[in-house]
Amino acid sequence: MPATTEPTGQPSGQPAAPTGTPPELPGRTVLDARDIARALTRISHEILERNKGHEGLVLLGIPTRGVGLAKRIAARIADVEGVAVPVGALDITLYRDDLRKHPARGPQPTDVPVGGIDGKTVVLVDDVLYSGRTVRAALDALADLGRPDAVRLAVLVDRGHRELPIRADHVGKNLPSARSERVMVRLSETDGHDVVQIADAPGGEPA
Amino acid sequence: MKKHLLSVDDLTTDDVHTLFTTAAEMHDVQRRQVKKLPALRGRTVINMFFEDSTRTRSSFEIAGKWLSADTINITGKGSSASKGESLRDTVLTVASMGVDALVVRHGASGACQQVAQWIDAVVINAGDGTHEHPTQALLDAYTLTRRLGTLEGKHVVIVGDLTHSRVFRSNVACLTMLGAEVTVVAPPTLMPSGVDAWSASAGFATTYDLDEVIDKADAVMMLRVQRERMSGGFFPTGREYTVGYGLTRDRLARLGPDVPICHPGPMNRGLEIAADAADAVQSAILEQVSAGVAIRMSVLYHLLAGEGAV
Repeated sequence: MPATTEPTGQPSGQPAAPTGTPPELPGRTVLDARDIARALTRISHEILERNKGHEGLVLLGIPTRGVGLAKRIAARIADVEGVAVPVGALDITLYRDDLRKHPARGPQPTDVPVGGIDGKTVVLVDDVLYSGRTVRAALDALADLGRPDAVRLAVLVDRGHRELPIRADHVGKNLPSARSERVMVRLSETDGHDVVQIADAPGGEPA
Repeated sequence: MKKHLLSVDDLTTDDVHTLFTTAAEMHDVQRRQVKKLPALRGRTVINMFFEDSTRTRSSFEIAGKWLSADTINITGKGSSASKGESLRDTVLTVASMGVDALVVRHGASGACQQVAQWIDAVVINAGDGTHEHPTQALLDAYTLTRRLGTLEGKHVVIVGDLTHSRVFRSNVACLTMLGAEVTVVAPPTLMPSGVDAWSASAGFATTYDLDEVIDKADAVMMLRVQRERMSGGFFPTGREYTVGYGLTRDRLARLGPDVPICHPGPMNRGLEIAADAADAVQSAILEQVSAGVAIRMSVLYHLLAGEGAV
């Protein structure tokens, strides 16, 4: 059993880089650390504007990298509003529609903030929006946890190629890409540094 | 992970840790209002129980249902087995209906191994004779890991009817795999024959004297006296067994406040375990039951959800 297999978004064969040092990757950098910071700040303000304040907001990151992004957005909202909005994690492994295509992998923690999601405005946060299947699974997972008043979607990168009628409400960067290309998001929480890169990779990568 | 779960020996240490990690997530589902995950939608799991069971069968059934599998129960009594159909014919008949997994309990040791050779479906051993009961061992080790933090270097004392206990056989394998030191205690008549060679190779200790080891226990596991499997006089009276090997009120007083008490159930209160001990703050017996659902969800998920699973 591949207990150590990383979930979506982790291209194989990339060694973990030492903290703070951008590694040599075969890709082109599309967002550096400062671009990512600016994008997240803008997304945070957009979320607040759209919601007309922080009331009823719950941020749920989709593991692995969505969780770190959700926490960063929560920190920015706290800076602006002076209030800590609830932030958690929503694992979608058990709701995937391609479970049978891979060896079974263990689910990651789902952590719903105290107070739940009933009657709240849930903002799902993920790193890359691609086929839309992850978001579809997340909506199913949410329905089993409660009934939010509204669900919105914030992503750092939208690379297109949707396979389902799903769109993001808040996008850090629209990144036109070919299906054969690979979009790699690296965040300091999980990878030691912040960068978004795009590279040629025959076969592409599920996101 | 191997295709079937017939014995604890089918699992590596990594497999066990993976099963525990997944079980912890499954445990959270038990606290939800909507206890349903779609992971095994469209899969069919048949529980074939040729021996009586309450918690194993119902927890396998709940585990399957919470993962959205279709679960069906077949029991020895009330099935064609009671009309004289052989195990092989019953199994092949059921397999022909298109099942993905068979959860089998049978009175004969090795029955599940045999079943796995007859059919393509995943076979999970839910107790075969006096041989193995791997999901029980997993849930016991999982419960103790949650209570104690780790099993590494912990001293687990297993007491009771070892000769007839499949729980004991699977538990010794699982606990020692996870680094626990295991001492097994039984009266000479209920100590399995040939235990000396086995304990030497598997790395556990044996003794006839419970009082000698109970003070040094980090966890105590009491086993049921299985009268239905006993054909002769293994001890003079129940009272005498209790005095020598029961977890009595006096022995309970010697256990520390953080020493979990386990029992796989069903309990003979007053025989191997006093009511005070069964209901003590240290008792982990009901935690074992809820862990049983989580562990069985984890096992069903890992054996049935992924690529290549049947």
